[in-house]
Amino acid sequence: MAPVLPSTVVAPAPTAGQRRSRTGYVLLFPGMTWLAVFFAIPFVTLFLTSLQTPVPGKSGRYRFGLEFGNYATALAEYWPAFLRSFIYAGIATALALLISYPLAYFIAFRSGRWRGLMLVLVIAPSFASFLLRTYAWKTILADESPITTFLNSLHVLPDGRILNTSIAVIAGLTYNFLPFMVLPLYAALEKIDPRLIEAANDLYASPATSFRKVTWPLSMPGVVAGTLLTFIPAAGDYINAELLGSTKDRMVGNAIQTNFIEFRDYPTASALSFVLMAAILVLVFTYIRRAGTEELF
Amino acid sequence: MAEQSRTNQVEDLHLVNLTKRFGDMAAVDDLTITIPAGSFFALLGASGCGKTTTLRMVAGLEDPTSGSIRIGDKDVTRLRAFQRPVNTVFQSYALFPHLDIFENVAFGLRRRGVKDVKATVEQMLDLVELGSLARRKPTQLSGGQQQRVAVARALINKPDVLLLDEPLGALDLKLRRQMQIELKRIQTEVGTTFVHVTHDQEEAMTMADTIAVMNAGRIEQMGHPAEIYELPKTAFVANFLGQSNLIEGRVAGASDDLIDVTAYGVAFRVPKSRSSATGTAIIVGVRPEKMTVLDALDATKVPDGHNAIFGRVTDVSYTGVSTQYLVRAAWGQELIVFEQNMIVGDRCEVGDDVIVHWAPSHTFGLDGDENINAGVDAAVLALDATAGQ
Repeated sequence: MAPVLPSTVVAPAPTAGQRRSRTGYVLLFPGMTWLAVFFAIPFVTLFLTSLQTPVPGKSGRYRFGLEFGNYATALAEYWPAFLRSFIYAGIATALALLISYPLAYFIAFRSGRWRGLMLVLVIAPSFASFLLRTYAWKTILADESPITTFLNSLHVLPDGRILNTSIAVIAGLTYNFLPFMVLPLYAALEKIDPRLIEAANDLYASPATSFRKVTWPLSMPGVVAGTLLTFIPAAGDYINAELLGSTKDRMVGNAIQTNFIEFRDYPTASALSFVLMAAILVLVFTYIRRAGTEELF
Repeated sequence: MAEQSRTNQVEDLHLVNLTKRFGDMAAVDDLTITIPAGSFFALLGASGCGKTTTLRMVAGLEDPTSGSIRIGDKDVTRLRAFQRPVNTVFQSYALFPHLDIFENVAFGLRRRGVKDVKATVEQMLDLVELGSLARRKPTQLSGGQQQRVAVARALINKPDVLLLDEPLGALDLKLRRQMQIELKRIQTEVGTTFVHVTHDQEEAMTMADTIAVMNAGRIEQMGHPAEIYELPKTAFVANFLGQSNLIEGRVAGASDDLIDVTAYGVAFRVPKSRSSATGTAIIVGVRPEKMTVLDALDATKVPDGHNAIFGRVTDVSYTGVSTQYLVRAAWGQELIVFEQNMIVGDRCEVGDDVIVHWAPSHTFGLDGDENINAGVDAAVLALDATAGQ
């Protein structure tokens, strides 16, 4: 037994457990501060702005209010842009998945010593600015460009052109967000033990069945992460629609941008932002539920 | 246990001139063996000897460069892995992490379009004593349990041949012993041909009824475990399967059934029937547990006709059931002797002068061209080299 201690009070040294939990808080501090300053506060401000009412007689000036009607007017006017955003982003995500899956599969299983180089090539376009790349597509898809001329000679373009149509916007979205699809897919596929595919073959699964029953389900985390990382920014994007589309292809991002910058209608822009955020959250949750991949993460 | 009623007869597995080359290197070199139906066959060898490549070719996961594989009369050489009536228990088990135990075991049946798998799967899980864990995921199971799932997943398909690739390698010693008995029991129960690849000679000897010792893509020797242990035909087998003392000598003469050998000035006798030497150069071999250590002063107690060597004890290790001696012979070679601890009292000590003797009937002869260190662990050789300096 421990000897009886003298009755003077000595501050006890922190136990290992206490020290560990203190370290935890210290490590959390930078992240939490960042979140508070750049997410929580702007979030509240944005919400308050979306409820403001105009100061009569002074355009572009607003004061505190609880004008929930802002939401109704914003939606009534811009619901087609919302719809377009989700349709364009949805198609772009599906196309990106179709292009990226075989590519990521190849890099993960077949590229051998070229793996590093191929991954760099996937990311390489991101070294140029997003805006610049989209401008480049403006040239690539222009009316007299080789691509357009070639496709027109095959008579496959409904309007006889690509630029300023929804096709250009979707193509731009697909291209710009492709790396966000490839990388998570690659990470998920690369983790799959090739011996599992051998085991499936050994257990009477043909290559196609092995893919359907083993490779695809095991790559689900990558599919979910990739589609979310593509769909979310694509749905909120406005640059592709702005540069590659016509006024008929405007997405909700364009609506927010015009309201904020041109009309200086901050409440409407904030209300649109909020609805966009809510809609994406609902979609994402439903999607993750459906994909049933919680236990794979 | 319920009857594993089989519609098709178990058939022999034939490997004919099977060869696999990777670049210039022949991983498997012109292998021809017949593995009898229903046997427990072990392919034993060090890593890189071609045993796993052989197994993968039988499974269809690797294409042979030449040669053929037949099961009974059926040539399966060109069949893809999923078309072969062969299943594998993988070294790492390769259980599907996204499926539960039940679905892992049912995988093969479902792929072949079996509609009602429930009863069969439950019966198989009972055979490996995992019935209660059917709805767990593989990661929730211990190594030993995962191993049994892997066996069940393969066996449920009633393959003509079950391939086991170092199936116990990842288990700790105690569990490995238990699983050896378990696998043997399962094999007896289902009667399928088991082809077991291992580098663990003890495991091969405990479980298999036939062992093929493989080295550099070829079979060195094949037979019943006791047969190859008692009478190794090559230095590799003598050293790899258990331990041996090998002494290089020359044939000095012969009587009716004994060969007289002189090595380092000492006379030995080897039964003709136990020698595979062809020329005058011969290697005299004896297993360590066949030898007896006596104090040098008791040399007269050595029975007539026994082979005997004088030496000095350099190391004594007590292992419980036996005592292991290292005895340095006059010419510097260290001999290893295992003596059962039958007597209570004095054992020889380090530095004692002793005489080591054994019966000629326990002696075997190998061809003098053989390398007496073949099959000895490279690490052990390195250690010996430093100790000798």
